[in-house]
Amino acid sequence: MQLTRRQTLGLAGGAAAVVVTGFQVTTAFASAEDATKLIMEFTGGKEPASGKITLTAPEIAENGNTVPISVSVESAMSGDDLVDSVMLVADGNPNPAVATFHFTEMSGTAAATTRMRLAKTQNVIAVAKMKDGSVFSDTKLVKVTIGGCGG
Amino acid sequence: MFTRRDFLQYTVNASIALGAAAGFSGNFSRALAQQKLTQDDLLKFDSKGQITLLHFTDVHAQLKPVFFRPPDTNIGVGDYAGIPPHLVGEEFLTHFGIEAGSPLAYAHTYLDYVNLAKTYGRLGGLDRTATLVKAIRAERGDDKVLFLDGGDTWQGSYTSLKTNGQDMVDCMKMLKPDAMVGHWEFTFGAERVMEIVESMGYPFLASNIYDNEWDEPVFESTAMYEKGGVKVAVIGQAMPYTPIANPRWMFPKWSFGIRPEALQANVDKAREEGAEVVVLLSHDGFDVDRKLASVVSGIDVIVTGHTHDAIPHAIEIGNTLLLSSGSHGKYLGRIDLEVKDGKVVGHSSNLIPVFSDVITPDPEMAAKIDEVRAPYEAECQRVIGRTEDLLYRRGNFNGTWDDLICQGIIEQRDTQIALSPGFRWGTTLLPGQDITIDDLYTETSMNYPSVYRLEFTGTQLKEIMEDVCDNLFNKDPFFQQGGDMVRVGGMSYTCAPNEEMGNRISDMRLTSTGELLEPDKNYVVGGWASVNENVEGPAIYDLMEKHISEKKVVKMPEQSTVAVKM
Repeated sequence: MQLTRRQTLGLAGGAAAVVVTGFQVTTAFASAEDATKLIMEFTGGKEPASGKITLTAPEIAENGNTVPISVSVESAMSGDDLVDSVMLVADGNPNPAVATFHFTEMSGTAAATTRMRLAKTQNVIAVAKMKDGSVFSDTKLVKVTIGGCGG
Repeated sequence: MFTRRDFLQYTVNASIALGAAAGFSGNFSRALAQQKLTQDDLLKFDSKGQITLLHFTDVHAQLKPVFFRPPDTNIGVGDYAGIPPHLVGEEFLTHFGIEAGSPLAYAHTYLDYVNLAKTYGRLGGLDRTATLVKAIRAERGDDKVLFLDGGDTWQGSYTSLKTNGQDMVDCMKMLKPDAMVGHWEFTFGAERVMEIVESMGYPFLASNIYDNEWDEPVFESTAMYEKGGVKVAVIGQAMPYTPIANPRWMFPKWSFGIRPEALQANVDKAREEGAEVVVLLSHDGFDVDRKLASVVSGIDVIVTGHTHDAIPHAIEIGNTLLLSSGSHGKYLGRIDLEVKDGKVVGHSSNLIPVFSDVITPDPEMAAKIDEVRAPYEAECQRVIGRTEDLLYRRGNFNGTWDDLICQGIIEQRDTQIALSPGFRWGTTLLPGQDITIDDLYTETSMNYPSVYRLEFTGTQLKEIMEDVCDNLFNKDPFFQQGGDMVRVGGMSYTCAPNEEMGNRISDMRLTSTGELLEPDKNYVVGGWASVNENVEGPAIYDLMEKHISEKKVVKMPEQSTVAVKM
């Protein structure tokens, strides 16, 4: 009987996140450095400040294949107070780039919801680039686990 | 003024009057204990203000009184170490000012459990709870009392399994709850949950369950009540990790989560609509709610369940009161609130231990329980064996009931290692007691009972152990799922709760030979309650009925296969 890792761990009656436990992961997962590099390309080398942007994600993903993520940025979305774009990055996926949302005054609000696949427990990072060039970010750790053993 | 300390005195009476002579061996007769403890003593309360909240939670379908040994290990980590609910035994008694050997010591700790169990008898029984609820409603007036069911109500017995929870629904209805929340309820499947919710006559509340297609709330989040002239909002919070801890395929369209933002929005909305008191009826677990109280503002009271912690009175966390009313029908939680100008200005609280030999059963409920059990009574009473040792489950790492289950899996399915989930439900049998079908099902009743048999590598086993351990000992309670550690048979290990994930579990050895598990070697493993769909194997209750029947007499002394490194 050929079992996938997911099936094996689920069967154990224990929850199992994909975390290194004394063996070597050889898959080419992105690293925090790759994610930082991507963010720096997006911001033009500027270090994002905290605030203004809120990333909402579950603490533990119910299904790592489709994790709901919402992002919103405080902005009047008119005149100078305008959000240009928001990038979502997952620092533990094979490819850390998830999505970039572009906004205009016509958007009304700078908010977006999507679903993403997360290969393992990792940080999801949302970065907002404002029209005036300032950048903001918010980070959430999302644990990917498979389940079992609920009291 | 009647203080908490005074209240506790009733619990001390028996032990001071008698314990002085008898020491703390608990070696005084039940009759004497009963003379000292009366139903009126149990109902004594510093009544206050306009509102009484009654909280009943995690009964796990136990209609009849039970023995339930409290845990000897309940470790807290990080900021949560050494504070309630992470106190057991002597530490618990000292913290709450409870005399050793007293009825409250018996209800709340494992100390001298077998002797005290023989002295004070079983706790719980829905007919006894009914007596207390009726008495409090009569004392305070119906218009002042809110009775809240914290969930994990429908699952956990032979009759609830056979009736799809209908036995519990019919009996609970008679207690006239004002609202309920859920967790194991969902393991009856989404369709059955909706069927009951639509017919039960009181709201099933959940602020944190959303349809995963449209992201819309599945249930009402909030119910408003007028009690003692005060407007009260009750918001429900279902077990946030139900789709992870239990099979998601049973309710595939529902998404859960803690969702503090949704909760804050619902609290604010309730306030806008004129609520003077906001109550969260929660199945989050104690530490999750301790943190939630500091993250969400505007909640006056959280009545919490899930982690089965029985804490003698409400704990204050900032401006929020947190009451945790135990499990298996052992307690009825009560909080009285005094409200002035839209603010809670005073309160009193306690857990009433439901001593079944002291409380007169409510005749109507007793008759109803007999009625719902009647078709199954003979089967429930059928004796399949006897135990020479204490059989219990609750505790962070192991319990003798699970040791017996692991032994059953290893012997019946011919495996090297057995895994049994760290459920916190399941009652206790005293040495010398018969094991009946009823008893077996208090440990195993569930809708995904198949016992699998598979090969795992040492690395896979280590991963599983580390992952479950992180659900228990993650320093951030929002990552805890509320169960205990997976129980392991055929293998010993060391656990270091304060380490990070990946470094907690070490020294995994086969108990048969003492050899260390090798990362790449395969081991034959059996286990039950997998969250995967279409798992093949016999049901755990059938396997264990066969195992116990074959053993006839069960010997299961305490084992020391888990070394805990603090």
